[in-house]
Formats: sequence, C-alpha cells, structure tokens
Amino acid sequence: MIRYIIRRALYAIPILFGVNLLTFVLFFVVNSPNDMARFHLGFKRVTPQAIVQWKHDHGYDKPMLFNDRAKGVQKITQTVFFQRSMKLFVFDFGRSDEGRDIGYDIRQRMWPSLAIALPTFVIGILVNITTALFLVFFRSTYLDWLGRLALVAMMSVSSLFYIIGGQYLFGKTLRLVPISGYAPGLHAFKFVVLPVVIGVISGIGASGRLYRAFFLEEIEKDYVRTARAKGLSEMSVLFRHVLKNAMIPILTSVVVVVPSLFLGSLIMESFFGIPGLGAYTLDAINAQDFATVRAMVFLGSLFYIVGLALTDITYMLVDPRIRLK
Amino acid sequence: MSVPMVLPFKLVMLDTDFLLYALFAVLIVLITRVRRNASLRQTWRRVFERPGAMAAVVILAVYAAIALLDSVHFRTALYAPDGAVTGYSPQILSVLDILCAPLRLHTEHTYSAPFAEHALVRETVMRPGGRVQRIFPRLIWGGRGLAGPFARTRDILQRSGRGLVEALLVWLMLLCGVWLVREGGRDPRLAWRRLWRGDSKLPWRTFWLTTGLVLLIGTVVANLAVEYHVLGTDQVGIDVLYKSLKSIRTGVVIGTVATLVALPFAIVLGIAAGYFGGFVDDAIQYLYTTLSSIPGVLLIAAAVLSLDLYLGQHAREFQSVLERADLRLLFLCLILGITSWTTLCRLLRGETLKLREAEFVQAAVALGESRARILRRHILPNVMHIVLITLVLDFSGLVLSEAVLTYVGVGVDPSTYSWGNMINGARLELAREPVVWWNLGAAFIFMFMLVLAANLFADAVRDAFDPRFHRSS
Repeated sequence: MIRYIIRRALYAIPILFGVNLLTFVLFFVVNSPNDMARFHLGFKRVTPQAIVQWKHDHGYDKPMLFNDRAKGVQKITQTVFFQRSMKLFVFDFGRSDEGRDIGYDIRQRMWPSLAIALPTFVIGILVNITTALFLVFFRSTYLDWLGRLALVAMMSVSSLFYIIGGQYLFGKTLRLVPISGYAPGLHAFKFVVLPVVIGVISGIGASGRLYRAFFLEEIEKDYVRTARAKGLSEMSVLFRHVLKNAMIPILTSVVVVVPSLFLGSLIMESFFGIPGLGAYTLDAINAQDFATVRAMVFLGSLFYIVGLALTDITYMLVDPRIRLK
Repeated sequence: MSVPMVLPFKLVMLDTDFLLYALFAVLIVLITRVRRNASLRQTWRRVFERPGAMAAVVILAVYAAIALLDSVHFRTALYAPDGAVTGYSPQILSVLDILCAPLRLHTEHTYSAPFAEHALVRETVMRPGGRVQRIFPRLIWGGRGLAGPFARTRDILQRSGRGLVEALLVWLMLLCGVWLVREGGRDPRLAWRRLWRGDSKLPWRTFWLTTGLVLLIGTVVANLAVEYHVLGTDQVGIDVLYKSLKSIRTGVVIGTVATLVALPFAIVLGIAAGYFGGFVDDAIQYLYTTLSSIPGVLLIAAAVLSLDLYLGQHAREFQSVLERADLRLLFLCLILGITSWTTLCRLLRGETLKLREAEFVQAAVALGESRARILRRHILPNVMHIVLITLVLDFSGLVLSEAVLTYVGVGVDPSTYSWGNMINGARLELAREPVVWWNLGAAFIFMFMLVLAANLFADAVRDAFDPRFHRSS
C-alpha cells in the first residue's frame, strides 16, 4: 500500500513537469516578457528603462528555457522557466505579476471556496442517490418514464440558466437570500445557501441518470434475485443489498473531484461574488496575470492527480477483490 | 464588344464553412455506406425504433439545415449607374440572411417587448410648439401595418391562422407524396389506419407529428415575423429571433467541428498506443495524462488569451470582422477538441488492447497480412462504434460549454452571434425595470431544444451501439 502510494507520487512528477512546461510555452509563445511589461505598465509612454526594470523586478530578464552564458547546472537553473515554474514543486508560488503573495492569497481564499463546494458535493451526492433510488423503486412505471424525461430535460439546461434563474427567483422576486456577496464566519450561511441549492439542482440531471444506471446494473444480478426469493420486501432489497453494492461505482466516480473542491467553481463564485479561488482564477485570467494562472493550473493538475490516486485506493478499500500492483 | 459574364455575387468561404461542408459530405458518404451494410443497417434501425430518437432526429435536421444555410457566405455586387459591376460589398452575407431579410433589416432603436408596437422605454420628444413630452415612441417596424390601436390581437390571430393553413397544406402534401411513393399499390385506408395507430416497425407516427409541429411553428412564426418582433428586440434594436437563428450555426459548429478536428489525433494515437505497446504506448499515455490533468477551463483560457494577443498584434491581416471572428471560432473548436481528445484516446487504446488479442486479429497476423492492412481492415472498423458514441455524446456538452466559456470571457468573439453572448448580455437585463426577459428566454429555448434533441439521440445511439449498456439505461 505504502509502496503503491510512493510509486504514484513519483509517477506524478513527470506529469506535473509536463503541465508546467505546457502552460509556460502556451503563455510565452505569443506573449513575450516585453509585451507583458508593457501590458502591466500601461501601454502609453513606456520607456525602455521601465520595461527592463519591470522585467528585472519580476524575474523575467533571464533566458526562457536555457541559459547559454551560465555555467554547469546554472545553464538550466538560471532561466525564467526554472526560477518561476519549478519552484511550484515545493509550493513556493512566489509573487503575482501585481506583486501580491500568491501563497497567502490561496490560503485565505480557499475557505470561502470550500464553504460552497463541500456542502454542494455532499448534499449533491445524497440528493442524486435518493433520486436514482426513487426512480429504480418505481422502475418501468409511468413515474419512472416521467422522471427519466425530467432528468434528460434538466441535463439539457445550461448551468448559467440555473444560476441566473435562481438569483432572479430567490434573490430578486422572493427576496429570501441576498443575490451575491460573502461574509466570514457564521454570517456566511445566508450567502452560501443559494449557490449550494443551485449547484445541487444543476447536478441532478446528469448524475441522477448515471446512478440510476448503476442501480439497474446491480438489480439484474443473481444475489438480488436470491434476496427476493427468500422473501425480502422490495424496500429492504433496495436499501440493504442494491444500495450497498451500487455504492462502489458511485464512490469511485465521485472521489476524483474531492481534492479539487478547494479550488471552487469559476462560474458559481463569480456570479455570487464569493471571494474564493474560482473567482481568483477568473480575475487572474482577465488581468492576464500569468504567475497566478500558472499557480492555479499547477494546483488544479496536482489535485486531479491526487484525486485519481485516491480513486484507485478507494476501489481497493471498498472492493476486496481488487488488488493494487 | 462582349461584356464579360459577371455574377451578381462573389462566394466567400470561411474556414468553419469549409469544415461544415466537409462534415456534411462525410455524413452523406457514411449514410450511403450504412445503407449497403446489412448489420450496420440493423443497428441503426434500433436507434430509430425509439420514438424519442426519431423526434430528436427531425429537430436536429432542422438545426443542421439552418446551420448549413447560414454557412453559404457571399458578397453582393455593387453596381455603377450604367449597370456594370464595379466591385463587391464589404459586407459578407449568408443565404440565411437573405431568407430572413425582414428580420435582419427591421432594426429598432432599442429594447422592445415581443409583439410590441411601442418601445419599452420612454423617450423625450419635442412636440410642435416647443412642448416637451415623455412618451413610449412607436416602433419603426413592429406592428407597422396595423390600422388602429385595437387591431393587434385580430391581426395576430389572422396571421397565425394563415400560418396554420399553410402548415397543414404542406404537411398533407408531404404525407400524401411519401405515401404514394412508398405504398402506392396498397389499400389507402389501411395504410392511414396503421399510421394513426402507430402500427409500424419504425415510429412513423412520431416522425410525422414532429414534422407537423416544426412546420406549424415555422409557418406561423414566419407569418408573424414579417410584421412583428416575435421575440422582441435587444438593446441596440436587433431582432432577437434573428440573433437566435444566427446563433444556431455557432452552436452547431462548436458541437461538431471541435470533436471533428480532434478525431484524427485521437484515432491514430489511441490505436497506435494500444496496438504497438512499449515505448509508443508510454509516450502517448504520458501525453494524454498530462493534457487531461490540466483543468479544462484553464487550458482553454490560457490558449484563448494567447490567441487574443496574437490577433491584437496582427489585426491588419484580416479583411473583415467576420473573418477574424471566424478564426477565433475555429481556434476555440481546436482547443476544445484538444481538451476533449484525451477521453476518446484512452477509450480507443483500451479497446485496441483487447482487439489485438482477439482471434480474428491473431488469424490475420498468422496469415501474414501487413500491419497497415490489419490496422485498417480489422482494428479500425471495430473501434468505430466508440468514436461514434463519443461524437454524439460530446455534442451537447460542447454546445453547453460555449455559453460558459463566453461568460468567462474566453469563448467566441463578442461580435459573433451566439447563445453565450446572448446570455452574457442578458444577465443585467433581468435587473432592469420593466424586466427584459426575452433575450434570455430566446437563448434558453433555442439552446434547450438543440441540447435536448442531441441528448435523446445520443442515448439511443449509445444503447444501440454499445453492447455493455444494452437496455440498461
């Protein structure tokens, strides 16, 4: 087990290196440090000296990938890529192009993100399982047919409509909750309710259908027939046998996103004015703040890889037939 | 003296036009091949046996037709007073623009509600005699031909009635025509009764009902749109129905072209990784794991930001705004394809791994067939069902993602008509008093119909082609 985890961790390093290199190249192919300096200093009346100074201050005055003039290992280390990207591996995010400490910002902003993402995740799973079980209980009736149609319809609506519609209905017309904003501590509750409700509702369509398929796959198996044959009621068959076994695919399909919950959602946070990491990323994209975007891409990839490893480990924990090599 | 023959227009081919034509041509080739192959025909029959899928195909066909009409671009000729062609208009139009000329040209000053005769907001006007008045001004085009203040309801009913009659006529003519061709010799009353009861292998009743409904909506709206703004007008007075219709092409292009451009990479790399194994497999696996571990939105954002900078630096190389917007659309498709490419590649690799050990492939190897021939004749046809399922399943997700990306600011060009741009603009309109809901509503309905149809169709295709999901979902 330990050996497996270590092997997965080592395997992640070349992938994260690739991610770093890719984001680096993508940004600098067309966006040279000179352009960046001009963008951040404002386009009008920029002296060459100011550009040189800006590049020096932000560490963009070294060669990109390979330093000809340095000696030995420094040929690699004295470059923009090494100085700015490779430090991410030890979680040294450095300063953003605006001069803020990215590591501090991330530590501050991850809590509001989590306050939205975690409840949405947990309540979402409960609601989706309930919906799917309900449809499976009434399978091959008109209720099932109607429910399936409703799920396909809900799946076909863009998440933007759920957000805009929810804000309009609950925030503007009914005035139950504030439309957007955030407050720390317990006051956060009234700001968090609406994003969570909308997040849960917009997820029912796709996940409810998926879970329903998982349940139906289980329900055709022999042990279910045996359980019915020994006289169990449909309710206890569903809850004691089918639910337990269908939890394996459900668990393994959701675990992958758990680490990424910290990063929040770009759309949700910017619509509801939540000062989380999603909104942070979006602001960085719009301000063309490369240092911040690069840090967020790194974190996103890292969390995704951790999520994949967690998925495999969960597999092994819930299903003893699976052995990890 | 001979006058050279000059066409009254000059065709303009945008990059995405070309890709849409190519896609359409491939579709026709595929359909003819499927018709010749008995087992494929059988599988496709299973798709169409579902009433939901049949209705979805009709809707999808309507969307595809509108998208194609909107993809034939040209510039109209400019004439000198003596009738000679002096040049071509800088404005690029499509066939759809010509067909919807009233919608395109009937622009107001600002917002107006659906079917309105007056603008939504008051304007200050000077009356003769220097009196200043704040009134809701009469619209330029909306309800222009109305005789008096109470004529509107009657006029709307009359036009709807005319639309209804036209739809019925066309529908009956189509029905009779098809019936004559298909069941010419048989008892007409029996055939009619069978259709009415839905007593046929394929759900023809659903087909005709959906077609009728589409015709009805089309003719009624066409009759009304000449006189009114059926879905209102937007902030700068453009007809919302026109915007919604023009957005169809953007949605269809993103839904299809994105997967299409990624398809060759996914197929070649996926099959190569699965079949050759070893170093090739490791390299390809590394490539797609790296790409797929970057959060999709961030990768797209980074790429589109780079493109924006490039376009900003090379702004003079584009002849028109439309061509620049089209390049951005194409690029968005490319980058969306790159982010969605990895899933298909992984699936194809897994399937090829299985096929490589299959007996018929081993037999081909033993018989000494060349590697290229094995890949082409034995592996490729047996993974095509996965390609097809991915293609149709991805479509709806891509159409939806356009709206989200446009909201984030990394979607299509702001000058492109798209549902994402409509929603983006409509966010603040809900806060207005009175509420401007028609922009959002129109984008919602047009998008919802397309995505719903695509989802229903994708379900049927997956169930018919994927043996694992058989009858389970």
